[in-house]
Amino acid sequence: MTDSGEENRKKHVEKHIHFDSSFIEKENRKGSIVLAGNPNVGKSLIFNELSGMNVEVSNYPGTTVEVIKGNYRVYNVYDTPGIYGVSSFNDEERVARDVILNADIIINVVDGVHLERDLFLTQQLIDMGKRLVVLVNFMDEVKRHQIEIDLQRLSKFLGVPVIPIIAIEKIGFDRLDEAIAEACEGTQREETHTILHSMLKMVGTQAEALLIMEGDEYISQKHAVEPGNHRDEIYIERRNRVNYIISQIIKDVSTKKRFTDLLSRWTIRPITGIPIFIFTLYLSYLFVGKFVAQDVVSFTEVQIGHNHWEPWIRSLITEYIPAASWWNNILVGDFGIITMTTTYLLFLLLPLVIAFYASLSLMEDSGYLPRLATMVDSTLNKIGLNGRAIIPLILGFGCVTSATITTRLLSSEREKTIATALLQFAIPCSAQIAVIAALLAGAGFLPMLVYTITILSVLIAIGTILNKTLKGESTPLLLDLPPMRLPRINNVMRKTMFRSYNFMKEASGWFFVGALAVGLAQSTGVLEFLTRGLKPLTTGWLQLPAEAATAFVMGVVRRDFGAAGLYHLSLSPMQITVALVTITLFVPCIASLMVMMKERGLKEGFIIWIGTWIVAFAIGGIVSHIVL
Amino acid sequence: MQKDKELHHLNTVKSGQWIRIVSVPQGVLKAQFVRLGIHEGEKVKCLDRLPGGTIVLQKHRQHIAVGSQLAKQIIISLCIDKGMHHD
Repeated sequence: MTDSGEENRKKHVEKHIHFDSSFIEKENRKGSIVLAGNPNVGKSLIFNELSGMNVEVSNYPGTTVEVIKGNYRVYNVYDTPGIYGVSSFNDEERVARDVILNADIIINVVDGVHLERDLFLTQQLIDMGKRLVVLVNFMDEVKRHQIEIDLQRLSKFLGVPVIPIIAIEKIGFDRLDEAIAEACEGTQREETHTILHSMLKMVGTQAEALLIMEGDEYISQKHAVEPGNHRDEIYIERRNRVNYIISQIIKDVSTKKRFTDLLSRWTIRPITGIPIFIFTLYLSYLFVGKFVAQDVVSFTEVQIGHNHWEPWIRSLITEYIPAASWWNNILVGDFGIITMTTTYLLFLLLPLVIAFYASLSLMEDSGYLPRLATMVDSTLNKIGLNGRAIIPLILGFGCVTSATITTRLLSSEREKTIATALLQFAIPCSAQIAVIAALLAGAGFLPMLVYTITILSVLIAIGTILNKTLKGESTPLLLDLPPMRLPRINNVMRKTMFRSYNFMKEASGWFFVGALAVGLAQSTGVLEFLTRGLKPLTTGWLQLPAEAATAFVMGVVRRDFGAAGLYHLSLSPMQITVALVTITLFVPCIASLMVMMKERGLKEGFIIWIGTWIVAFAIGGIVSHIVL
Repeated sequence: MQKDKELHHLNTVKSGQWIRIVSVPQGVLKAQFVRLGIHEGEKVKCLDRLPGGTIVLQKHRQHIAVGSQLAKQIIISLCIDKGMHHD
């Protein structure tokens, strides 16, 4: 670059709007290797091979997306979220984009069975001018599918080394050193190359120049230039090039139907998909609802929490703060922020959340979740959601609080509002389900039927009303269905731990705040006042004993407290139904409320919360007047 | 190659039909389609049409689900011939 060119560039750089220059830049003094690829191509296995056990998992600033960092020889190694292209369409892409932009070497992992899809990203990385090596994974499946790939020609077309691997068996891993050493810039179209080089003076790197040409607003804003409007041309050109390469290097002669293809179709078509869904839910119930919620939690909550932790911490605190005092009550009383909240968080919620996330990760890694989303898409469309919303809705049966956080994966604010409202109104969490199931089982078939129909009707009605009244339209479903595969246990565990940790980190504080609020309400008599206030409504309108009011108020604290409070009342089977309908629709637990306020804003959160009071008592009363 | 030039919306196709993509919605959706290999002029198979109108497209070994609302915005023509080989 000439002196005047350098000067111009410096002047230009001064004009830039500089964002908080990501943590990647600060870390990269050692040089960095970044693993990039489409979702489910086996990046993590290669990352683990390179970095061993010593890894750091962190949330990328401002997102819930994980970035995993390790070390390999003189390099920092980063694993990125699976993406189909580098751009800014969602959080995963934004994170991957930033990590890739700062990479010295990129290991691009592709799925040998789906090269046509995966090479789009490969060619984009080449167009970004990055030093690259391509690892073609799943070569065992390629062989089984009788696909013939000419890897040498592929390497020639791309201009970068191409290495076949079977990541799960570590085959080809002995060539990783060689791969890293030989990584190089690939073959770009001459026209693209010339344009990108002409932009270098203004933006510094070829990669950023390409993203600006492709209309990436964030990168354009960073360099104070107008985003380009060539995305469609560049994308179609790239896609055509990939299609041409594929036509030259692949012979796919197999016509044999595979079991996974059949299974894939069975999971999507309702006639077989619904029984499969029910069976999957039943298996999840056996694991989460039976094994963890009953066996594990009864040990952790009762044995560790109630029998050991709480008496120990209570006696310790009481040594310093007198037992009868107000402070003692707040800290270690019935709703003590140290006693109840710690037991609740660590010994009840944590095992449940881990179990739920493990089930979810298994469904995700097997390729089942996108197929389930496809099957339920048109049904969820009727209540203003697309198929992807099934994920937070299912998670809600585990913990409404964590499900409320998961609504972030939905694309529009409208969908987030609808999903959050459904979760808060009509989805009972696992803590509550256990109590509801026990009470309903004792009440008989008819009460169970009335309960189920009522809750389902409310769910559909709320979804339909919100869909009709909220402005805008929901985003349509466009989903790549990854192949169905046996999940890798390491990957499932890693995801589960990361998500559970993330949930505990985000929600724990709110549980303490909630417990403090309830402790204060109890000490100041507000709780008693609320219970008294609810009594006329409980006896007159719901036709339940006056004591049921206490159960409802307890439900404000923890949903299962509310339902469990009904155990000790002598209720007729239909009174049980009325009480359970009311308590299911009634306000979410205090932690869930806090997280909802954070996610959806104070106003919307408050409206939903008040709405649950109104709907719960209105519907409960109507059911009561019909069945009693 | 014989082709039926009559245009249809994607949501009207039946399971098993071969189609050619004529146009997809502009903007981010178009970019996402191109990434996944579904762009204008491409020949693909409708692997499944689910009740409610969700369409599952197949291009070689890749399966892509398209919601019914989106399928209504995609224009296609029906292909009479089959055949979708790499070579």
